[in-house]
Amino acid sequence: MTLWWIGDVLLIAVVLPVVVYLLKGVLDAARSIEPSVTRIAEAAGAGSKDLDAVPLLLTTQAHVKTTVEVVAGYGGSLDVIIDDAE
Amino acid sequence: MPAAGVVLIVAVVLIVLALVYYLLSTIGSLMRITTGLDDAIAAVTEIAEKSAPVEAVVKDINHNLDAGVDLLEGLLVKKAGLTDAVGLVDGLYPGAAAAGLRGYPESTEIDAPRIGEVYTKGTLTLARLGREAPIAAASPAGGEVLRDVERGSLAARLLYPSVRHERPQELPRSPVIGTDAPLQYEQRDDIGAPRKRPPTRQSNGEE
Repeated sequence: MTLWWIGDVLLIAVVLPVVVYLLKGVLDAARSIEPSVTRIAEAAGAGSKDLDAVPLLLTTQAHVKTTVEVVAGYGGSLDVIIDDAE
Repeated sequence: MPAAGVVLIVAVVLIVLALVYYLLSTIGSLMRITTGLDDAIAAVTEIAEKSAPVEAVVKDINHNLDAGVDLLEGLLVKKAGLTDAVGLVDGLYPGAAAAGLRGYPESTEIDAPRIGEVYTKGTLTLARLGREAPIAAASPAGGEVLRDVERGSLAARLLYPSVRHERPQELPRSPVIGTDAPLQYEQRDDIGAPRKRPPTRQSNGEE
């Protein structure tokens, strides 16, 4: 009977607090992850929205090509009308 | 049942209740984390899809810009010379001479003339044009005028309408007057004679 009481005491005084402590630690860790995941999702959503302007790069690409062609034309004309340095 | 058995059952029930509470809370938290990660993964996938063509487009833009830079650098060096080109670039963008011209690695070793501090861009342009700009003879880079005087002047004239610049000698000449004028006009009789007066009007209205 004495051993039974000792077991009860150990169960209530040791096992139960340890179990509660460990489970609370797991729960706190899981809850601490939630805000981080929320911020990651918001940042990813904002980044995806920022990339909505990517198709404009195609317009930029065409403009750059046209501009370089015009510059090449002017360069050719300048090459004709301006004498070389040497 | 002995009292010790009842206490044991109560302790076990308490442990089970603690397990149930914390595990259910953890499950709920993990489910919310899973939902958040799903949203994040969807957004990241969208980012990857949207940014997929960026590399090719940017490479093409850089390729075209490189060609333009090489063209302009080559033209500048060809027309102004490497030393003046470095000085001009350094004048427009102070400190750029240290980086040099991309297509001319030896340009980093050139001591750039201080063109930008003395001459404005317009004066430099005129200096490059030659005879029309006397300042060309005092180029900070020293040496001869950069432009062939005769050929450069004639080439510049081709840019303008030929009426005033290309063939000035064929313009109509100014008339020559005087006794030696090639074209003599007949003298009019009324010159020097009294001026004709208009008829006067009488007071009664009759002329």
